[in-house]
Amino acid sequence: MAESKTLKYGYYPGCSLEATAKEYNESVRASAKLLDVELVELDDWNCCGASSGHCTDPELSLALPARNLAIAEKLGHDLALSCAACFLRFKQTNHDLRANDELRQRIEQIIDAPYQAKIEARHVLDIFAREVGLEKIQERVKKPLKGLKLAAYYGCYLVRPPKVTQLDDPENPMIMDNLLTTIGAEPVDWSHKVECCGGGLLLARTDVVVKLCNDLCQAALDAGAVALVTACPLCQANIELRQTIGVPAFYFSELLALSLGTSEKEFKSWMKRHIQNPVPALKAQNLI
Amino acid sequence: MTVRLISERGTESADPAFTQEVLGASAAHLERCYQCQACSSGCAFAYIFDYAPHQLLRMVQLGLKDRVLESKTYWLCASCETCATRCPNDIEIVQIMDTLRHIAFREGYTKQTPLPLFHRTFLGGVKSYGKVFELMLILRYMLTSRDIFKLSELPNNMKMGFNMFSRGKLAVLPDKIKGRANIKRIFQQTEKKNG
Ligand code: SF4
Ligand code: SF4
Repeated sequence: MAESKTLKYGYYPGCSLEATAKEYNESVRASAKLLDVELVELDDWNCCGASSGHCTDPELSLALPARNLAIAEKLGHDLALSCAACFLRFKQTNHDLRANDELRQRIEQIIDAPYQAKIEARHVLDIFAREVGLEKIQERVKKPLKGLKLAAYYGCYLVRPPKVTQLDDPENPMIMDNLLTTIGAEPVDWSHKVECCGGGLLLARTDVVVKLCNDLCQAALDAGAVALVTACPLCQANIELRQTIGVPAFYFSELLALSLGTSEKEFKSWMKRHIQNPVPALKAQNLI
Repeated sequence: MTVRLISERGTESADPAFTQEVLGASAAHLERCYQCQACSSGCAFAYIFDYAPHQLLRMVQLGLKDRVLESKTYWLCASCETCATRCPNDIEIVQIMDTLRHIAFREGYTKQTPLPLFHRTFLGGVKSYGKVFELMLILRYMLTSRDIFKLSELPNNMKMGFNMFSRGKLAVLPDKIKGRANIKRIFQQTEKKNG
């Protein structure tokens, strides 16, 4: 029997999880609760600046995440993040500030708060799979997702640049595949795990996003998957809004919570928010 | 100092100071590039660029400042990090793209793609609210880029808008953080340095 110590983290949902990706936020929290992980939302957190930050100014791109990291450091816990794009910005900030103390002091000055860069930024996927651990998750699975063939999609910022994100192999990551196997699903071996969804070009060049998302969805179908699985609100939004094929996509946390026994009512409230309806794929395997 | 180079365009002037600025600002080891093209082969966006990544990098090395900064490549680069992850010489290609974007913002090479407008609109929202207010970002961007008037895109955009609204994916009012003065100060401090 696994020990029942509670893991505790500061939590940074990020802007998307308050609107377009509410179901991601709710299912991450539900999964955390079912796995005895305590997520303490940072008080008065701000946007990390995303891609526009680093495209515009190097110090701005460090200061915006650093303000949040400083709040978390004061709280005394490592920081958990759900958005892969935010995750990279926070990892990059720690990476750069640790390498250059003068820069760290300059950023402290800009944000008007102390930050020692002593805490870690972790993606919730990493926390669930490695801190809670697959063994403990397996013990707690109530509803194995038998027969559900899924394409685990990592995209860019969970795994690249590898020396900054330090999460998994940048060409063939397995962390999400292994989690999906643990909850009884069948991740397929496929070609587009780490291809880009078009990310920040969503509004400026929708033609490109349509092409890349269709390529992803077709590759998932070709490999025998019935749905994609993501760990990023931007990947999910691009895939759901811009593809023309009709392949559903889940947040990994929705499936995790389902397998751990979250209420059907709660789960269905997440499914209702999807634009590509994922319910038929689940019904086909008698999972709801 | 200006250097004249002979290229397929006849002679053009090269600016070694530009090369030095990019090399100096990014610590990205551009000097190691031996044109193997691994970067360009894996770039999912190269088909919309005017120069493939390895070509742009060579142009930076040669100091072709105007040609580099007038190109669309570095603005359309999605910073997906595929190229830098695969580069056998560990060249930080995205850092170089970032440096080009910073110089371009400063010196006004911002008209060739809508990306600078997107970044400004995005950060403008963050500066006011401390967070992204998606509805405002979409509307502002579409108005100023005049994309909202593209009739061919109208059905698609309306469908997307309807899909998002009907599923509660777009907040109607902005969520403002309390520390807005702090955020404004962060922006002012970094803007001051840029002049
Ligand atoms: S992969 Fe690296 S060495 Fe090869 S062309 Fe690109 S930047 Fe140059
Ligand atoms: S980071 Fe930019 S240049 Fe490199 S592969 Fe991605 S889009 Fe292409």
